[in-house]
Amino acid sequence: MLRDITLGQYYPANSILHKLDPRVKLAGTVIFIIALFAGRTPFVYLMATAFLISVIKLSKVPFKFIVRGLKTIVILLIITSMFNVFMTDGQVVFKIWKLKATKEGLILAFYMSIRLIYFIMGSSLMTFTTTPNNLTDGLEKALGFLKIIKVPVHEIAMMMSIALRFIPILVEETDKIMKAQMARGADFENGNLVKRVKSMVPLLVPLLISAVRRANDLANAMEARCYIGGKGRTKMKPLKYHSRDYIAYLILIIYLVAVYAGKNLI
Amino acid sequence: MSIIVDKISYVYGAGSGYEKLALDGISFAIERGEFIGLIGHTGSGKSTLIQHLNGLIKADKGSIYYNGQDIYDKDYSLPKLRTKVGLVFQYPEYQLFEETVFKDVCYGPSNLGLSQKEIELRAFEALRLVGLPNELYYQSPFELSGGQKRRVAIASVLAMKPEVLILDEPTAGLDPKGRDDILDQIKKMHEETNMTIILVSHSMEDIAKYVSRILVMNKGKLMYDDSTRNIFTHYKELEEINLAAPQITYVMNELKKCGMPVDTAAMTVEEAKESILKALRK
Repeated sequence: MLRDITLGQYYPANSILHKLDPRVKLAGTVIFIIALFAGRTPFVYLMATAFLISVIKLSKVPFKFIVRGLKTIVILLIITSMFNVFMTDGQVVFKIWKLKATKEGLILAFYMSIRLIYFIMGSSLMTFTTTPNNLTDGLEKALGFLKIIKVPVHEIAMMMSIALRFIPILVEETDKIMKAQMARGADFENGNLVKRVKSMVPLLVPLLISAVRRANDLANAMEARCYIGGKGRTKMKPLKYHSRDYIAYLILIIYLVAVYAGKNLI
Repeated sequence: MSIIVDKISYVYGAGSGYEKLALDGISFAIERGEFIGLIGHTGSGKSTLIQHLNGLIKADKGSIYYNGQDIYDKDYSLPKLRTKVGLVFQYPEYQLFEETVFKDVCYGPSNLGLSQKEIELRAFEALRLVGLPNELYYQSPFELSGGQKRRVAIASVLAMKPEVLILDEPTAGLDPKGRDDILDQIKKMHEETNMTIILVSHSMEDIAKYVSRILVMNKGKLMYDDSTRNIFTHYKELEEINLAAPQITYVMNELKKCGMPVDTAAMTVEEAKESILKALRK
């Protein structure tokens, strides 16, 4: 029931994209987005489509998984398209009541929607191929330069990875407590609002207690291992670039340059 | 016939990339009043199976009948089934939430729409059945010891007066004395009420003394379904799936190998003693 929730939505597979260093994938996502916004010419979109298709093919993530992530932006997509179609001045194509749909508006809406869809697909592909832990590791390393201006990068990354680590645990715990209370005759689905809110008490109280208990245990375990923060801390598996990562960087740079160089060709 | 399970299969995490066949064509029948052990290594599908029995999880394939009725029928009431088939989860103390022990035990029956008097009566009865000392009834459940908390949690299910009681690893995390106390209490309960009881465990040693029939699960399949005595004749195969037979089975088999005519089916130290003495006298 609650197991359907997946955050970070990592999809396990054995592909070159999964093996890439998380920093490369972060950079890749940023470069893809920059290139996507390079200009509103067919060339830019063709390049982005080709890039996205080849990366999805490489990742071995089933296409329907990536499409599923788009469900959340359907409403946003409809609203922005509406605004674009009816609010842009130009050659009128059809009229509904006082609203005029223009040719320019339709084209704009089309490009806008593709941009949004590609944007989501590109960034969700990164979370599909990178475990949350790997991702925070990559972020910590990539944003390390911020330490100079006293941003506690390590602490933020640690908090992020702990938070991410705890989500599936708490989801599982919720599922378990819910089932246990259902076995005692609890009903979480029926009844009016007051009754339903009341029925959450037997779920929330044990959940809160368990969250506090787990946090306490974790803090103790970290202290017992002499955790003092990021200073002087080394990693068991430090992130290291392999030749495939350099090749990936090279491809990304070539892609970016090509998009900017050729954006006015078509 | 109380429960009939007919070829059920269940896949975990369907469509998420983490699919796992948790149950694979499982069939068995349980008679009223039986005391059954369900045993299997961690991840063998025990917990998934028992959640099917009270309808918390719906099987992908196959059907389950309770007292002759298909529980997957459209007009069959699953909440009602859950009051008949009581399920005590692993580490049940984590589901306690009320201010007092007594109130917590009342939660179950109060969901059944009974009168206040009936609810309290049932709570008292259940707490007595699990053998919790009277003076603890009005304490906060969070102040009790691990074993006491577990008794309260078991009582909270018992108060619903189920016809079948399923206990998932009721002794997990308890010390040896707490473990024996709980199991003895469950045995006593079975004798007093003649409830059908299914005891889930991964330790043969624990349940051999108590149950009369054992179901062995391995990798989502039902491997054996036999009387306790017969199960332990398979102790070599059980070892292969990481389940050890009681220590006494090993002792008796070794003795037999050495040429002593002992009964290898002996399950308790007492029985073994009798058998060895008899062999010596010969």
